[in-house]
Amino acid sequence: MEVRTRYGDDIDIDNLKATELRLGPPGTGEEVIPTQVVSRGNKRALPEDSTEYECEYKRSSSETASVESCLDTSPAAKAQVVGWPPIRSYRKKSFEAIKEVDQKGGLYVKVSMDGAPYLRKIDLNVYQGYEELRLALEDMFKCFSIGELYAIAYEDKDGDLMLVGDVPWRMFISSCKRMRIMKGCEARGLSSNS
Amino acid sequence: MASKKKKEAIDEGKSMEIRVSLFPDEVLERVLGFVKSHKDRSSVSLVCKDWYTAERWSRTHVFIGNCYSVSPEIVARRFPNIRSVTLKGKPRFSDFNLVPPNWGADIHSWLVVFASAYPFLEELRLKRMTVTDESLDFLARSFTGFKALSLVSCDGFSTDGLASIASYCRNLTELDIQESGIDDLGGSWLSYFPESFTSLETLNFANLNSEVNFDALEKLVSRCKSLKVLKVNRSITLEQLRRLLMRAPQLVELGTGSFSQDHLLRADAELEAAFNNCKSLHTLSGLWEVSSMYLPALYPACTNLIFLNLSYATLQSTELAKLLPNCPLLRRLWVLDTVEDKGLEAVASNCHFLEELRVFPADPFDQEGIPEGGGTGVTEFGFVAVSKGCPNLRYVLYFCRQMTNVAVATVVRNCPNFTHFRLCIMNMCEPDHITKDPMDEAFGAVVKTCKKLRRLAVSGLLTDRTFEYIGTYAKNLETLSVAFAGRSDRGMQSVLEGCPKLRKLEIRDCPFGNSALLSGLDRYESMRSLWMSACKVTINGCRLLARRMPRLNVEVIKEDDNDDTQAEKVYVYRSVAGPRRDAPPFVITM
Repeated sequence: MEVRTRYGDDIDIDNLKATELRLGPPGTGEEVIPTQVVSRGNKRALPEDSTEYECEYKRSSSETASVESCLDTSPAAKAQVVGWPPIRSYRKKSFEAIKEVDQKGGLYVKVSMDGAPYLRKIDLNVYQGYEELRLALEDMFKCFSIGELYAIAYEDKDGDLMLVGDVPWRMFISSCKRMRIMKGCEARGLSSNS
Repeated sequence: MASKKKKEAIDEGKSMEIRVSLFPDEVLERVLGFVKSHKDRSSVSLVCKDWYTAERWSRTHVFIGNCYSVSPEIVARRFPNIRSVTLKGKPRFSDFNLVPPNWGADIHSWLVVFASAYPFLEELRLKRMTVTDESLDFLARSFTGFKALSLVSCDGFSTDGLASIASYCRNLTELDIQESGIDDLGGSWLSYFPESFTSLETLNFANLNSEVNFDALEKLVSRCKSLKVLKVNRSITLEQLRRLLMRAPQLVELGTGSFSQDHLLRADAELEAAFNNCKSLHTLSGLWEVSSMYLPALYPACTNLIFLNLSYATLQSTELAKLLPNCPLLRRLWVLDTVEDKGLEAVASNCHFLEELRVFPADPFDQEGIPEGGGTGVTEFGFVAVSKGCPNLRYVLYFCRQMTNVAVATVVRNCPNFTHFRLCIMNMCEPDHITKDPMDEAFGAVVKTCKKLRRLAVSGLLTDRTFEYIGTYAKNLETLSVAFAGRSDRGMQSVLEGCPKLRKLEIRDCPFGNSALLSGLDRYESMRSLWMSACKVTINGCRLLARRMPRLNVEVIKEDDNDDTQAEKVYVYRSVAGPRRDAPPFVITM
């Protein structure tokens, strides 16, 4: 294949290989297969199975010079690729912080109410914030309430009884072990504003 | 100074030739002083020698898009009266860790030259440069009238460097370190602003994590009566924010801290009152840890909002739908894909004047493709919905996991005025998820319909056809980003042959080789730069390019010793400064 440049020279691309200048010592022969795209050690995920349109991104290891099929869709093949998707580092750090708190499979905690004969169990992951939680609890326990003022407290990781609402939501759901709906008068000692 | 007059050469009856420089130099310089755009100034300087001279004397701001295209000495020699410098350093793909650390773009050598050439320098705006604490200290001490420091996506410094700036820059009006990778050693730097210091107009430390002394911050905000832009970091609580707002109701741009509260389960009326005071706000950002209970407090401040950045707030569609009706004048909106298609429908119903939309993924690296929480991010439906409701859209950045050709064609039919179209289908080589065809027709539709398109980023399964379309139709295209696309050299060639205004071309993981690289021989000098990584280019191909085009710097970044023939990362750019003298060992100039 030839490429004609503006200066009129013919560059025979195929023959370039014969005259390749290398940066390594001479004599390090390596079998080069023309259609390969050689990976430079970047972890590269292989694309999804697409039988009709084969991607041309075949990986080869420098030791074996073998070619892995790009139809390999095992989970291991979906390893992260450097710089993909193109999200900047400062954003990634924000996501990591969010992800730390999110948990798979639900975050169930027991909720007791003073005076009620039985407890409930709720999945904290389902709620977006304190407002939703409060409404859900009101709804859940309305048959037990007798019109008094209640406060919602929770037991944290250290075993202390805390008033719900003091810390950011994400911090709350990661540290809440169980909840207790207390009669308002008993909760007075917990409030930071009383 | 004696005024010069040029002879008029008027040939009556034939074509009129009037020499332009009829003015004395001082007048010409004065007139040219009104020309602000750096592109216009470049044109002005090419008219004739007199205009070149007048332009260089009257220029106060210089913009250098690639710090290695010119040397600080050349700049200082040409422009004697510079007060403001904008410099950009690393290639854009360094944002995604494709450029190794210690690559270069260090500001220090520039500062040393500027300290002697421009002792009255007032503004320095840097993007993707390396800045050390030593440099910041040098800057603070060398330029007594220094006013504005903006460091976007920079690295190499710590909060100690900020302390130097705070201590010595008595006339500082702007300190903005957004998105920079900074070594956060603590928040005491803020306390270094002296009590007599009152000139601050812009303060942005949103990307820092450590707590600043709130008392010092509150006092600073109180005494800086001209403060217009304040973007605090996550450590600032809602209550603290409320107090700051009471001190600075004149704010025009606000970045909040954590938007939740150490209070009982009720919204704070005082908070709402504080936001009610801020009627001049046109930009709002921050909103980390946003609690939906407190969002309504924001509403009164949203009446005049032009730009709302919710890209750190994991909002659901219902919360967004409640917030948006309060922002009738919105022109720019950034959101997370937690709002899903339903949230975008709310955008379509409420934001009639929207010009820019960016949708970022909340969970970009999820392996299964289904983010935790069961949400699916946004799809082609959300995209089409927005295009129907927001006909003025001209800038979009859209991260999604699935797309169709038909949807994209519909979007651009509804919004033909796109100038920036950046679509990122996060699964690599993803075809049209309904027809399983490549996404060629999608981008074909974009370039055929959007005649004003200046910036394009493509993704999904793409053949050379996409690039043929781009070369045929995208005549105003200036920036193109390509990843995991194309089939042969023909792809890249089509773009280089067909896009006369191309300035920046960045390519990764595509099967483009030496023919493609060399087909652009006579293009690269009119471009700012070319980046190619993990393509099929060889060292020899690069050498050939360098030999043919001596005014280009052809650099190969070589990180491992596996294969000595492949050029793993290639960076090509025009330069009048010759090859880099500060290149690290892994950057080889051909």
